Amino acid sequence: MQRWKQEVPAVLLLAGLGLAPFIGFGEGYVLTLLARAMILAMAAVSLSFIVGGAGLVSLGHAAMLGFGAYAVVILDDLQIVEAMVVLPVAMLAAAGFALVTGAIAIRTSGVHFIMITLAFGQMAYFTATSLSGYGGDDGYTLYARSEVNGARILSDRLGFHFICLGALTLTWLFCRMLLASRFGRVLRAVRGNPMRARALGFSPYPYRLVAYVIAGAIGGAAGFLFANATEFVAPAYISWQRSGELLFMVILGGISGLHGALLGALGFVLLEEWLSHQWEHWRIAFGVLLILAVLFLPNGLAGIPNQVARMFRRG
Amino acid sequence: MLSLRGLRKNFGGLAVTDDVTLDVSPGEIHAIIGPNGAGKTTLINEISGVLPLDAGQILFDGRDVTRLPLHRRARLGLARSFQITSIIPDFSALENTALAVQAGDGSSFRFFRPTASEARLNTAAMAALDSVGLAHRAATPAGAMSHGEKRQLELAIALATQPRLLLLDEPLAGAGPEETERLIGILRSFRGRYTIMLVEHDMQAVFALADRISVLVYGRLIATGGPELIRQNPEVRAAYLGEDDIPLSGAPC
Repeated sequence: MQRWKQEVPAVLLLAGLGLAPFIGFGEGYVLTLLARAMILAMAAVSLSFIVGGAGLVSLGHAAMLGFGAYAVVILDDLQIVEAMVVLPVAMLAAAGFALVTGAIAIRTSGVHFIMITLAFGQMAYFTATSLSGYGGDDGYTLYARSEVNGARILSDRLGFHFICLGALTLTWLFCRMLLASRFGRVLRAVRGNPMRARALGFSPYPYRLVAYVIAGAIGGAAGFLFANATEFVAPAYISWQRSGELLFMVILGGISGLHGALLGALGFVLLEEWLSHQWEHWRIAFGVLLILAVLFLPNGLAGIPNQVARMFRRG
Repeated sequence: MLSLRGLRKNFGGLAVTDDVTLDVSPGEIHAIIGPNGAGKTTLINEISGVLPLDAGQILFDGRDVTRLPLHRRARLGLARSFQITSIIPDFSALENTALAVQAGDGSSFRFFRPTASEARLNTAAMAALDSVGLAHRAATPAGAMSHGEKRQLELAIALATQPRLLLLDEPLAGAGPEETERLIGILRSFRGRYTIMLVEHDMQAVFALADRISVLVYGRLIATGGPELIRQNPEVRAAYLGEDDIPLSGAPC
């Protein structure tokens, strides 16, 4: 019962996104915004999987998006636009990067892990800026969006909306399944008490590395969609600020469950969009709101229902 | 079962383990006692693989485990409890114990099935909880349990790994009189079923439980033998002299 209840916000949110185009949010501009929110939510959910699930606070997750996005760019330049090819390449590229950098980073923990993932992320960023064949700093405009079996589904606004929604839903279900499995239980145990886990016979390293690579692959898939959403890829998309934003979405939403990342990402993107239309100096207000959220929502947006319930009980 | 051969460990210039040679035979409860700072917990840490040795050899079931890391020794059946309770606070008592069962049940690189509903793990975990009298608290988050219950859970976790040797580091630490009573009862029920190496300050418990006792003073073993022998050993008495209560005299068996 308790477990089932926890899933309600995520299910409502996903259902709401599915209905959005039919209840007055079907304009091109709104759909573009929602697609962006869903893609970032996908990256945030995969980040939440390693932060909340495995205790790996990465400040380099944008690099995973970067590998996915640049896979699209490089293949586009070679005139390969078939998603059946591009998507696996994007995911494998990001997973490969996660494997190599994770193998080193996971030997550290705590603040060191944060710094080393940041460093690897920045390495990826500067590599991207030096890819002069693909626009370097200025970025690269795709010739066309990817095709699926030759069909141009991704170019259709509504089609793209539902592909993003499907990818987000799959990501959420997949990460949820992982956390509930034996594998996920070991991850959670290692996060809760590493010494206990080791005394039981679990070496944390391989579990954490596999989790990190899985999150990387999902990040790569999000990068694939991101490139297709904007039809343009620039290094700025994958700078450390983006990693920070993703981490912020996870914390804003609450790390006690994956649905927190969903709420956090959507809340973050929509609030940012709305505020930027209200006031020229919106970033000041945005910053203040985010600080207030961290101060007064210890369990993030996902923790609000419980917090309200507790307030009422206290009278 | 377990053989320690000439174990040595220095912290700076201080010998915390000084040429310790000791055998634990199958089925016995072997207690390690000694004044504060004698190096008892250090010894447990060396045997379980938390601390590396400077010299010496640890044989477990005839196999040299001296260089194996903690998790590999655990795989071989060396289970330990901690002096300071070491549980996973977010997990329920059942999940804490089921994780321990899972450790001994093949690979944990299984990604698809929800493990909370794996009857095989949960049944064995419930049995372990039951044998320490915690079955009724299975669903309680471990972090929300009383101190005594956490000590019981710690024992259940150790049992659930199906250990060949239990290393118990002060299982009674911090327990109140009633809790102590209950924990001693649980430990007594282990007698004959498990091989146990026990570090404990509570002399009453030690003399009630142990088949053999080894006395550690400043890292050196000064005596090993049955409770009666240890009680009468003049060296042991001397080692405990100067502590306020001389626990050896008053301990009923």
